[in-house]
Amino acid sequence: MAVSPQFVRGSSSAFLTCLLLFTTFVSVSVVAGENNGTWGDRSRVLQVAEKKGEEVADSSVTHHQSNSSEHKKVFPVLSFNYDHVRTPFEISLWILLALLMKLGFHIIPRVSNVVPESCLLIVVGLLVGGIIKAIGEEAPVLDAKLFFLYLLPPIILDAGYFLPIRHFMENMGTILVFAVVGTLWNAFFVGGMMYAVCQIEGAQLGEVDLLSCLLFGSIISAVDPVAVLAVFEEIHINELLHILVFGESLLNDAVTVVLYHLFEEFSHAGTVTIGDALLGVVCFLVVSLGGILVGFFYGILGAFTSRFTSHTRVIEPLFVFLYSYMAYLSAEVFHLSGIMSLIACGVMMRPYVEANISHKSYTTIKYFLKMWSSVSETLIFIFLGVSTVAGPHAWNWTFVVFTVVICLVSRVLGVIGLTYVINKFRIVKLTKKDQFIVAYGGLRGAIAFSLGFLLTNSQMKNMFLTAIITVIFFTVFVQGMTIRPLVELLAVKKKKESKGSINEEIHTQFLDHLLTGIEDICGHYGHHHWKDKLNRFNKTYVKRLLIAGDRSTEPQLISFYNKLEMKQAMMLVESGSAAKLPTVVSSVSVQNIQPKDSTRRRAIPSISKSREQEIRKILRANLQKTRQRLRSYSRHDLMMDPFEDNLSEVRFRKQRVEMERRMSHYLTVPANRQETTPVRKVCFEPEHKVFTYITDGESPKGRTSRPHPSSPDAVSLLYEESQRDNQRSVLRAKGDTELRAKTLDNQEQQEQQEEEQVKLSRCLSDPGPNKDEEGDGSFHS
Amino acid sequence: MGALQSQSDHHEYVDLAQKTGFSFEQIGVLHKRFKQLSHDEETLRRDHFNEIPDLACNPIRAQIIGAFFDRRNYRQNSEGTVEEIDFENFLVVMSHFRPPSLHLTEEQRDNVRREKLRFLFNMHDTDNDGTITLEEYRHVVEELLSRSGALGKETAKSIADAAMLEVASISMGHMEPDEFYEGITFEHFFKLLKGFEIESKMNIHFWNMDTSTLCK
Repeated sequence: MAVSPQFVRGSSSAFLTCLLLFTTFVSVSVVAGENNGTWGDRSRVLQVAEKKGEEVADSSVTHHQSNSSEHKKVFPVLSFNYDHVRTPFEISLWILLALLMKLGFHIIPRVSNVVPESCLLIVVGLLVGGIIKAIGEEAPVLDAKLFFLYLLPPIILDAGYFLPIRHFMENMGTILVFAVVGTLWNAFFVGGMMYAVCQIEGAQLGEVDLLSCLLFGSIISAVDPVAVLAVFEEIHINELLHILVFGESLLNDAVTVVLYHLFEEFSHAGTVTIGDALLGVVCFLVVSLGGILVGFFYGILGAFTSRFTSHTRVIEPLFVFLYSYMAYLSAEVFHLSGIMSLIACGVMMRPYVEANISHKSYTTIKYFLKMWSSVSETLIFIFLGVSTVAGPHAWNWTFVVFTVVICLVSRVLGVIGLTYVINKFRIVKLTKKDQFIVAYGGLRGAIAFSLGFLLTNSQMKNMFLTAIITVIFFTVFVQGMTIRPLVELLAVKKKKESKGSINEEIHTQFLDHLLTGIEDICGHYGHHHWKDKLNRFNKTYVKRLLIAGDRSTEPQLISFYNKLEMKQAMMLVESGSAAKLPTVVSSVSVQNIQPKDSTRRRAIPSISKSREQEIRKILRANLQKTRQRLRSYSRHDLMMDPFEDNLSEVRFRKQRVEMERRMSHYLTVPANRQETTPVRKVCFEPEHKVFTYITDGESPKGRTSRPHPSSPDAVSLLYEESQRDNQRSVLRAKGDTELRAKTLDNQEQQEQQEEEQVKLSRCLSDPGPNKDEEGDGSFHS
Repeated sequence: MGALQSQSDHHEYVDLAQKTGFSFEQIGVLHKRFKQLSHDEETLRRDHFNEIPDLACNPIRAQIIGAFFDRRNYRQNSEGTVEEIDFENFLVVMSHFRPPSLHLTEEQRDNVRREKLRFLFNMHDTDNDGTITLEEYRHVVEELLSRSGALGKETAKSIADAAMLEVASISMGHMEPDEFYEGITFEHFFKLLKGFEIESKMNIHFWNMDTSTLCK
């Protein structure tokens, strides 16, 4: 930001004042809402208080009627009826407050660098809660139903949908061990130790029995995905550590659910037998596998549905959201692990949905998920702060202090012990630094609080809640704030900036196949072997079923390449202003890598270097002009499909036509794609090259060309660029029936038109292709 | 080495273990596999590799098999190909896929990376001239996409072109229009895949116990 610091400070302090006024306003409105009815009882803000609304409405109606029986009332020009909109009004106000807070933090640069956002939000929650309490009203508490049904799913879906699958699968074993064994260890260790602590004389904790302690242990032992995400997102550590801690926080949900229900059931019964323990194990398997199956089922449904949405692009994102939410709710119906179901649904759906939906839908999904998860996270932390102020507390020094200490100790011990075992099976071992980060990153959060809130035994509930809140505060504040400097101090590897290199992608694939081959030669079925088998199964059966059209057979490398080209094209469009093309680091172009072969005759006469420079200048100048002109084109010029990135495509098309009228020196004529009306799009490589692709009018992300499935031998290269263009022209000249048979009529017509233009321009500028020429790039410079 | 003894004779293995870094158990397992593949002969030939059924659907099978018979991978600084290999060379080629040990200095890690990248480079550079030319790179990409039929062939060319362009941009920076980039040398290759962290990726697990009972 090129804003002067004084301005920022001035504006930020003004902003803060506004914020403070705003929070006061929020609390006052809460109060106002309360006092508007004749009933004096309080209700929770965000519970759907329809009943109360009706009651209040009734009261005002009777009041009105009693008035009218006395005298004719004057027609009210302006009246105040707050109850009518009370609930949505307050909800919106809270959300607005949360978002304004978030906005405020990012305006103040110094604070947001030191303190993670989650801490700040909790502090805001504390403030708001304090204000509300000072006014004397009852503050809203983080209702468990609200939390689990509305606030948590968006965050988990966002995490699951964008989960880096590759890293997740590679480290699946480690993650599972940490999640299952680690959480079990934590729960039992904390529970057991707390029970021992409770036996200490003088702590007044005598009535806490073992089962309650175990219950408490199971609540507090789970690493929380919300808190982990909030903190880890800001420190950008390497993917391995990120996925380890984050994956653990997601997968331990099943363990937590089972342990919680187990101990809660039995805390009423009083004893646990071996049979119960065995049932618990079975329950764990059912909960986790059942959750995953439910998720997969909905994921496949979602993928299958997206296959048919090519005519209703607008509602595509909704399918993704609704199927995922249904997966979560369905799992919750059976007390299966909703989080695992949601993750499984997102993971299952994503590759197929992304192949089917349009680019705009993809962007919509991405941004809506980010938006909802951001709002949810903010609200969760603020409510955590408010609930801290509001809730009944029973502070017991011994209990709380020991809880915090024992939690830390158990986490460290657990991580060290498990890593020792895991490293025997891992190829890339976890170093001490990694272990430290994994242990230190085990943050507790709102899930623990909500679970504690759901406890029914009020006697110890308050004490437990206090301890839980203290642990949460400790982990989020102390660990959250210090993890960033520690990461710097320990020089932990950061996330590497990947620019989507095609070479890396090629080598990733190459390496996959290579390692699979070596494993086969070695004779044991390892990780790569199974992955390869899964991929092949996926390609032969699943993709055909779930992906529409030709995309189902597209190999991964090609889709990656297309994505990359698309990205570059968009970048060039967005860098937009005609005056400067994006500055390029290198001026290497294709001609530098094509082998010059003196034996091949050049098809077109050579052009001197100066002339070439001239031509380039002319082309560039005209490009800029056409770009400026195109900006003013109205929507009516856009073609059939209004839901695509048509502006850039039209712009490109016009530019291409312009270009073709001049020198066809750098152009390529694209291969075609056997779908509906094609749209041409020009993609500019830095400075020299110009690609042109025909894209399908409704292709996802404006996908680029399908290379032509014809014999590559009949190629004679005319231009610098690939042979695709010539193929088409040569084949067309030859009247290849194979080609014709495969294209649609209107497509062909359009192509023919453009083709005439190209041919014309070619004839004007140079002789036709020399049919004796063979193979690859013969050209000049 | 000389005649292959039974597994209990560790005298031979000490040498091999030192040379390749495998443990005795791992060498034993691999030895058993070697004998299984070669039908108890002394040496392996290409057709022995072709008999492995799982390898048949691998798109880069030819290159993988070729790598075993490539003398550049024997760490003897020699070149050319052989027609049959004995156990020692088999083991040496396999040792390229051994995971690096936990505590390595930066220099050691760099060496490991170099070695693995060298293996990959040799796989691409089929005519052994020290550079990967555009043709060779195209061939690599074509093989990768070979399963997609003729569809892949055209895109393979443009993908390879784009990749080559990237290498040239990274390695050479600025080039005049009439300069020609001959091919990827090993140094360029190393620079290109620097961020790839190949030393943690190009590994497979060599078990100490024999788990090959089910596979052929």
